Amino acid sequence: MSARKIIPAANWGQRAIACCILAVVTFLIYMVATSPHINWPTIPQYIFDDTILDGIRLTILFTILSMVISIVTGAILATMRLASNPIISGFSSVYIWFFRGTPLLVQIIFWFNIQLFIPSINIGLFHLDTNDVVTAFVAALLALSLNEAAYMAEIIRGGLLAVDNGQNEAAKALGYTPSQSMLRIIFPQALRVIIPPIGNQTISMLKTTSLVSVVAAQDLLTRAQNIYARNFLIIELLIVASIWYLVMTTVASCIQYVIEQRLGQSSTQPPAVWRAAIRLMRAEGGRG
Amino acid sequence: MSGQSNNSPIVVEAFDVHKSFGPLEVLKGINLSVGKGEVVCLLGPSGSGKSTFLRCINHLERMTSGRILVDGHVIGYHERGDALHEMSGRELAVQRRDIGMVFQRFNLFAHQSVLTNISQAPILNRGQPRKEAVARARELLKMVDMEGREAAFPYQLSGGQQQRIAIARALAMDPKLMLFDEPTSALDPELVGEVLNVMRKLAADGMTMIVVTHEMAFARDVADRVVFMDQGVVVEEGPAREVIDNPKHERTQAFLRRMH
Repeated sequence: MSARKIIPAANWGQRAIACCILAVVTFLIYMVATSPHINWPTIPQYIFDDTILDGIRLTILFTILSMVISIVTGAILATMRLASNPIISGFSSVYIWFFRGTPLLVQIIFWFNIQLFIPSINIGLFHLDTNDVVTAFVAALLALSLNEAAYMAEIIRGGLLAVDNGQNEAAKALGYTPSQSMLRIIFPQALRVIIPPIGNQTISMLKTTSLVSVVAAQDLLTRAQNIYARNFLIIELLIVASIWYLVMTTVASCIQYVIEQRLGQSSTQPPAVWRAAIRLMRAEGGRG
Repeated sequence: MSGQSNNSPIVVEAFDVHKSFGPLEVLKGINLSVGKGEVVCLLGPSGSGKSTFLRCINHLERMTSGRILVDGHVIGYHERGDALHEMSGRELAVQRRDIGMVFQRFNLFAHQSVLTNISQAPILNRGQPRKEAVARARELLKMVDMEGREAAFPYQLSGGQQQRIAIARALAMDPKLMLFDEPTSALDPELVGEVLNVMRKLAADGMTMIVVTHEMAFARDVADRVVFMDQGVVVEEGPAREVIDNPKHERTQAFLRRMH
């Protein structure tokens, strides 16, 4: 007997659904592409428009600044949450509860309107109008950072708790002070657990910054809105903005992928973050 | 093993140490004194409180009442009038620098190389110049038979190797006293010997050691004195061979029968 050919089972149900999907997607693309209401040639014109590029710069600035501030604040809140004093840990819990429990959009509008109940800041003879200090930029940055700090605190707390308590005990037994133990032993090890979710939060933050357009903070979406307020090319400029958001999140995802690959190598060699941390510690340790 | 002589200075003195975890009293008044260069093994069934007591000696565990002195200083507390005021984390750190400790689970710093594991504490906490600390670390590696493994990371080492590094790390601080908390209990049987050998060397060099262990042969050969604990009290103590070969108390006898 000759060898018989093996034919896999045909999954007719899936084939039918796949055909439906293709049909619907093709129809949608055709509808959008042939729409007389979308002025396609204007999109390339605006992609590298100076105003749009300025907006991108500001969106990236908002993302980086708010992530840096929220990581620092979050680390402080996480440490406070683990403190034995009930007021210190309670403050941290209430902060996290409040900032995670109210919408970010409300927080942004709130900071922008803060002069309504704190019109000026007076410290002795020193006097400042709140409006001069809390500009749209500052209001947006405060809202993004303070809100993100609540999430970051939980991420960092999780990382700190993931480090085996034996590490802290060994550090104590060797005469490390509590802050030395935190900075040199616990935190560098917690980084391994903390870095992947920080990557996710950063990617998410790139898009979240668009919310600050409600206070006209001059980010990418604000700029797109400003332009279409004048020329009414609403859909075209929203497409331009979407293209840029996709580019930014894709690049950020690639960076995250590279970092996580390096973190994952820990079974054969210490990951890059550790090596960097080790180098830092050696440099500092050298002071004697 | 000269530690048995009564005129050697006292390194550790514990007076009526009590410790409760909630309603459970695990230490019910422990008294102990250890002379310079003496090796004392704490024996007893699990749950007898020997590890808890050991951890009170460097204040990793907060006792409920009592007093422990190391080198004449009350550990963990300032004595003011009738009261004992607990020290701050920084003050405790200074006291612990003179007390080395080796853990059951090694607890090497997972993100640091062997060399950093050993040399960081003396650099940071003793202000030792980096060069000196590294040279000393190399010496200690030789002593624990781990020469040339400076660059290794803990996960690349066997349990026995990790424990030997942990001993070297504790010794790098030049402690006056070494505490061993079941140092071989987490090891595969074939790796126990290499760790015990290092501890033998240390004892022969005159280090003051308190060892919680289930290794009866080691206790019998190396210890000057054994202390048998059960249910939070010291049941019997005395010269190692005497207690292990001819236990007087029935609980000690029952325990030793199970160990053989």
